Amino acid sequence: MLEPDAELANLAPLTHEHGVWRVNGRWNVQALAAPGVVRQRRKALKSVPHDAAWALDDTLRLDSVGAQLLWDCWGSRLPANIVFSPAQQRLFDMLAQADTPDKLPAPKSDWLAWVRQIGDGLVLGAHHARLLLLLLGGLALDFMAMLADPRRAPFKEISAQIYRTGAQALGITALVGFLIGVVISYLSAQQLALFGAGQFIVKLLGVSIVRELGPVLAAILVAGRSGSAITAQIGVMRVTQELDAMQVMGISHGQRLILPRVIALAIVMPLLVLWTDVMALMGGMLAAHYELGLQMTWFVQQLPTAVGVTNYWIGLVKGVTFGAWIALAACHFGLKIEPNTESLGKGTTASVVTAITGVILIDAIYAVIFSEVGL
Amino acid sequence: MTESAAHTKPVIEVTDLTTAFGTHVVHEHLNLNVMPQEILALVGGSGSGKTTLLNHILGLQQAKSGSIDVFGRPIESYQGRDRVALTRRWGMLFQSGALFSALPVFDNVALPLREARYLPEDLIREVVLMRLAWVGLSAQDALLMPSDLSGGMIKRVALARALSLDPELLFLDEPTAGLDPQRSDEFVALIKALHDQLGFTVVMVTHDLDTIRDLATRVAVLADKQVLVEGTITDVMQTKHPFIDAFFHGERGNRALGAATS
Repeated sequence: MLEPDAELANLAPLTHEHGVWRVNGRWNVQALAAPGVVRQRRKALKSVPHDAAWALDDTLRLDSVGAQLLWDCWGSRLPANIVFSPAQQRLFDMLAQADTPDKLPAPKSDWLAWVRQIGDGLVLGAHHARLLLLLLGGLALDFMAMLADPRRAPFKEISAQIYRTGAQALGITALVGFLIGVVISYLSAQQLALFGAGQFIVKLLGVSIVRELGPVLAAILVAGRSGSAITAQIGVMRVTQELDAMQVMGISHGQRLILPRVIALAIVMPLLVLWTDVMALMGGMLAAHYELGLQMTWFVQQLPTAVGVTNYWIGLVKGVTFGAWIALAACHFGLKIEPNTESLGKGTTASVVTAITGVILIDAIYAVIFSEVGL
Repeated sequence: MTESAAHTKPVIEVTDLTTAFGTHVVHEHLNLNVMPQEILALVGGSGSGKTTLLNHILGLQQAKSGSIDVFGRPIESYQGRDRVALTRRWGMLFQSGALFSALPVFDNVALPLREARYLPEDLIREVVLMRLAWVGLSAQDALLMPSDLSGGMIKRVALARALSLDPELLFLDEPTAGLDPQRSDEFVALIKALHDQLGFTVVMVTHDLDTIRDLATRVAVLADKQVLVEGTITDVMQTKHPFIDAFFHGERGNRALGAATS
């Protein structure tokens, strides 16, 4: 089927003889999609007088894109004097019958769109905050219902989530924690060595990691890793109508989807925080050993007095809060996803960004609260 | 396109095709030819491998053995630029539409034309609106998102998209599934009219006897891992086989095909 095309391609598309304009060769989308062809042919067609006689060749390869091009240049009607085959006539009949609406409704231009966007953003933020609050309330009710009837609790789902969000995250949190520990210890050691205060590295590392860095670091990793996964999973359930199916069967989204995830992350996060703390402190200890020559046993012995049990508990409480918050935000944005691919992408991004921003916000709030009560 | 030797050569030639998923054999020594400008209906029970066969022809899945020639060349030999050129010569209507959910209707139909490059945007606009008009949609509908469309509208937009490059070969997967009877008849009439005018070849998978009766010029029945019988609907109905009896001669079949046989 390619061979006859190749012959036709060499023909001049438009020829003029004995007062008749003859259309030849290939007028199909394959030919027209070459650079500059449409412009050339339009120009050639424009130069033809209005009342000219036309003939469409029998071997003409005409499809509806080519026909459309001719049709437009004829002013959306057949020329009075034209010779063509029945098949070609049918093609033009279709163009004539379809009476295309000639204009797409133009999108309205909006000068003050950016002002509107700011307002829209604020309203949207408030809307999300309200829904999150509702979700939290629903979660509390679901939690009570679970406590009232513990046999119906989704233990299997919780344990699956603990494995997925906790056990499988051990590797990445260990690696990042260890490296951050090394970096902080190495940089602080250089400064402390200047003042001959090398032994204070234990307190510096211990407090900063156990109280602040460990929880925040673990939370950011989990938000990126598990938060996005939860949002995408619930979002795809919307796309495949699984959420609707659950609703029709009378299975509550709150109990089966949100509650197990929130509980799982609330259990897993403090454990991950502890794990990240240990890894970061080990990294710090190694760096301090090589940079300052501190004995590792001495480092470990000093740690309990340097950190104190309060900081340790603060870290764990933060872990629980961060975990619950990440799961809640992820579920919220997952449920808000509409059944199209773009919404899925946007929802996942919004979920991770909101979760991480929220984690840092909660951390700041905790800092204020704890300093007010003198911890 | 009507004359020349190409006319007698099949557009699609499936020879000795065998497919298996693990130990489950779907096709065994299957042969099928699709001739230019015909409308071939692929009929078969659920799980008889109609969609798998379509996926093999489209090059979406590799067969275990056997060969598939499309436009006279093995489907695997279309690589790189050839493959792109091939994809411009066929169009596919997916069962659930497979519209790009992030793009409005207009851009969905315009996408193949824009991918062809060098077509000016004003011509694309004309062509897209014409395609939409063919399938009975207005310029207002062009700005809707796929998620706002009803099932029937999705089908029509998907057909408009499949036709946007004026393909020589059109694949239809369950073209009338999910349409109400009137829309279904209109859709069949539409495809028939477009086929008469544009002269493309159609391979369709369908379960709808009305569609088969009104549209198909030839029917191929897939059963027992092979093409059981190929031919006009009357030929097919004369073959004795449990599936054919159940499918064509049941009460449904008699109702729909009574006119075709008597």
